[in-house]
Amino acid sequence: MTSHLLLMVLFAFLVSLVFAALLRDEPREQLRTGAMMFGAFVVAALAMGWLMYPLPL
Amino acid sequence: MNGMATKSTTVERARAAAEPGTLVLLCLAAWAIPGAAHFWLGRQQKAVVFFLALTAMFVIGLLLQGRIFPFDLSEPLVALAAVADLGMAIPWALARMAGQGAGTVTAVTYEYGNTFLIVSGLLNFLVILDAFDVAMGRK
Repeated sequence: MTSHLLLMVLFAFLVSLVFAALLRDEPREQLRTGAMMFGAFVVAALAMGWLMYPLPL
Repeated sequence: MNGMATKSTTVERARAAAEPGTLVLLCLAAWAIPGAAHFWLGRQQKAVVFFLALTAMFVIGLLLQGRIFPFDLSEPLVALAAVADLGMAIPWALARMAGQGAGTVTAVTYEYGNTFLIVSGLLNFLVILDAFDVAMGRK
């Protein structure tokens, strides 16, 4: 398992899962918070990746 | 009605756990096994999530050839990583006894493995704090 994207997605999923359970009590709220956090992690990582693409200049 | 009974039982357990000796035991249980304190406090759903997710992160970190860092005070970042790794007490001890966590610096996934190991420990510290807050009646 050496796909960087897959490992990043797996990491984002597990961290979002734990944070959602920590921050919310109701399952519905947990699902919503976890999904939003997971999406934010993945989108931010991809955006940062593309921003760093031209480096080193 | 059943929901109310469950909630009052959870509150009663939290109240009983607010005594100093019990609080120490609760935090030690949370440190030893992720989710154990939440299970003790009657929050089974959260306990299962913490146990499965954090244990999975720790095991994946080992499978990715990450390193369980030693307490090397001459290198502060290594020492800090060692403290973070120690956040998962029993999995950490089992891995050390099984001779796992040596880390392979040349492996492509080495840094990923370290990240999974370190973050699982740090998240378990947050879970311990959450269990403490629940036991104190703050949540």
